[in-house]
Amino acid sequence: MERDTHFVTGVYEDEDVLLHAIKQVRSSGIQIHEVYSPYPVHGIDDYLGYKRSRLPIAAFLFGLLGTTLALTMQYYMMAFDWPMIIGGKDFGSLPTFIPVTFELTVLLASFGMVGVFMVSTDLKPWAQPRIFDLRITDDKHVMAIDIANNSAIELAKIEEILKSSGASEVNKKSFE
Amino acid sequence: MAHDVQHYNLDQKFDFTAATKKGLFTVLGIGAILLIIGIIMAIFGGGHAEAGAAEGHAFHWYQRLYANLWINNVYYTGIAIIGVFFFAIQYAAQAGWSAAIIRVMLSLGNWLPIAGVLMIVTFFVASHDLFHWTHASLFDKASADYDSIIDGKGAFFYWPMAKGTFPIFFVIRMVLFFGFWVFFFKKFQSLTYNEDLAGGTSSWYTIRSWSAYFLIFFAVSSSVAAWDWVMSIDTHWFSTLFGWYVFSSWFVAGLATMTLLILFLKGQGLLEMVNENHVHDLGKFIFGFTIFWTYLWFSQFLLIYYANIPEESVYFLERLSSDIYGPFIFVNLAMNFVLPFLLLMTRDSKRHGVFLKLVCLMIIAGHWVDFFLMVQPGTLGHNGGVGFMEVGMFLVYGAAFTFVVLSGLAKGKLVPKNHPMLEESYNHHI
Repeated sequence: MERDTHFVTGVYEDEDVLLHAIKQVRSSGIQIHEVYSPYPVHGIDDYLGYKRSRLPIAAFLFGLLGTTLALTMQYYMMAFDWPMIIGGKDFGSLPTFIPVTFELTVLLASFGMVGVFMVSTDLKPWAQPRIFDLRITDDKHVMAIDIANNSAIELAKIEEILKSSGASEVNKKSFE
Repeated sequence: MAHDVQHYNLDQKFDFTAATKKGLFTVLGIGAILLIIGIIMAIFGGGHAEAGAAEGHAFHWYQRLYANLWINNVYYTGIAIIGVFFFAIQYAAQAGWSAAIIRVMLSLGNWLPIAGVLMIVTFFVASHDLFHWTHASLFDKASADYDSIIDGKGAFFYWPMAKGTFPIFFVIRMVLFFGFWVFFFKKFQSLTYNEDLAGGTSSWYTIRSWSAYFLIFFAVSSSVAAWDWVMSIDTHWFSTLFGWYVFSSWFVAGLATMTLLILFLKGQGLLEMVNENHVHDLGKFIFGFTIFWTYLWFSQFLLIYYANIPEESVYFLERLSSDIYGPFIFVNLAMNFVLPFLLLMTRDSKRHGVFLKLVCLMIIAGHWVDFFLMVQPGTLGHNGGVGFMEVGMFLVYGAAFTFVVLSGLAKGKLVPKNHPMLEESYNHHI
C-alpha cells in the first residue's frame, strides 16, 4: 500500500486549545490526518467527526458464535459422543450447560473484539508505528496534516491556519 | 471539553399539577375496579374450595388478598429503599455525574413511612395466613402438627419469648429496619436541603459520612429483611444467597423507577441539565444489574437443580411443576433477562428516552412477577395465580407510590444548587 510520506504537524499544549483548533482547522477545509495525544481527550472523536466504531457489532457476533459453539459442543459431547448419566440428569440438560456457555460467550466476544480491533487499526506486532513527534508520549498534543491530501490549499496557508489556531509550533515531518 | 459557562435554573421545583394527579387517580381507579372485581370473583368463585377442604385447610378468599398486599408491600418497600441506597452510593463513591439527579433518587424514599405502617399492619392482620411459622402448634411437642425443623428455627422469630407465642424478635427487626431506614432517609433529606442554604462543601462531607453508616446498616438489614419477609414464607426451605437475590430484584426495579421518574421530569421541561449522557448511564446501570439479577437467580437455581437435595429442590418443584406458576418462571426470565438484555444492548437504545421508558415499564412489571413467584406459591399454593386482583392491587400500589413520591418531590427544590460536583454533572460526557 502506498502511504503518504509528507506531513505538517501542529503541536498543542492544552486540550481545550486543541479541541477548538480541530474545529477551526476542519472548518477551513483542511483534512486532518490524525491527532495524537498523551492521554484520552474526552469528546475528541466528535470534534474530529469520526463515525462511531462498529466494534460492538463484532463483539456481539463473536459472542453469538461463542454461545452457539458452546451449546453445540456440549450437547454433542454429552448427548451423542459419550453419553453419561451425571447426577441423574438428562443427557442433554440445558441448565448444566449454561456456565460453560457463559464463559465461552465472554471469551470469544472479548478475544474476537481484540482481534478485530488489532486488524482494523493495523496494530500488528511487527507494524512500524509512525511517530510524528516524540513528545506525544509526554505532554504535547500533535495534529498531523497530510500534505498530499490537501493539495488544494497552499502549504504556507495550512501552516498559517495551524499557527492561528493556537499551535505552539508548526513542523514538517517526512517518513521514508 | 470546553467549559462554557452554564446558565441553568437551579431554583426549579417540580409542580405536581392537577393533570398529573388526574392521571394517577385514573390509574388508581382502574386498579381499584380490577381489585374489587377480583375480590368478588374470589368470594364467589370459591377458589378450589373442595380441593382445599380435602387437604384439611379451607381456603378463604381473603388469603389471596393478604398475599397480594404482602407482595406489593415487599416490592414497593424495596423500590423505595433502593432510592435511598442509590443516593448513598453516589456519595460513598464520590460520584459527580449524578449530582443533578440525586434528589430524584432520594425522593423514592418518601414511600418508606407509609410502607412501614402498611407492612406492620398487614403482618398483624394476616400473619397466620401468610406465615406458616406463626402457628403455635408447630412448636408444641405434644401436638400432631409438631415440626422439629421449624422448632429449630423458632428462636429466629420468637426469641426471647417462648416459641409459638408472640414473634417479638421478628417484629422488633421489622420496626427497627423501617425505623432506621426512615431515619436515614429523613437525615439525608434535611442534609441535602440544608446544603442549599449553607453552601460550601461541609454538607457534602457530612452526607458522605452518613451514607457510609447507612450502607453498612443496609448491607445487613436488606439481607435479613429478605429472609424475614420473603424466605420465611417457605419456612422449611432456605437459600444462602436469598438476601442478595431479593436485593438485586429490588435494585433493578428501583433503578427502572428512578429512570422513569427522571425521564418524566425531563418531559415536564425540568432538569434540562440532564442530557442523554446521564440517561445513558442510568440505562447502563439497568442493563448491568439486569444481568446481575439473572446471575443470582441462576446461581440459586443451578445449585439446587444440580445437587437435587429434596429439602432444597422442593422450592423449584413447587413452582415449575405447577400449572399456575410454571409458565411464570419463563415469563420472569423473559421479562427480566432476555428482553432487557437484547433491547438495551445497543448504545442508541439506552440514550433514547422513549425506548428506555418502555423497557423500564417492562422491568417494573417483570420484577413484580419475580416477587409474585416468591410469595404466592408458599402462601396460596394452587389457589393463587395472576388475575384481576393481582393486576388491580399492583396498579393501586403503583399509583399510591407515585403519588406519595411526587408530592414529596414537589416540596423541595429539584437540583442541589450548592452541590460541589454540580459542574462536573453538567459536563458529564460518555
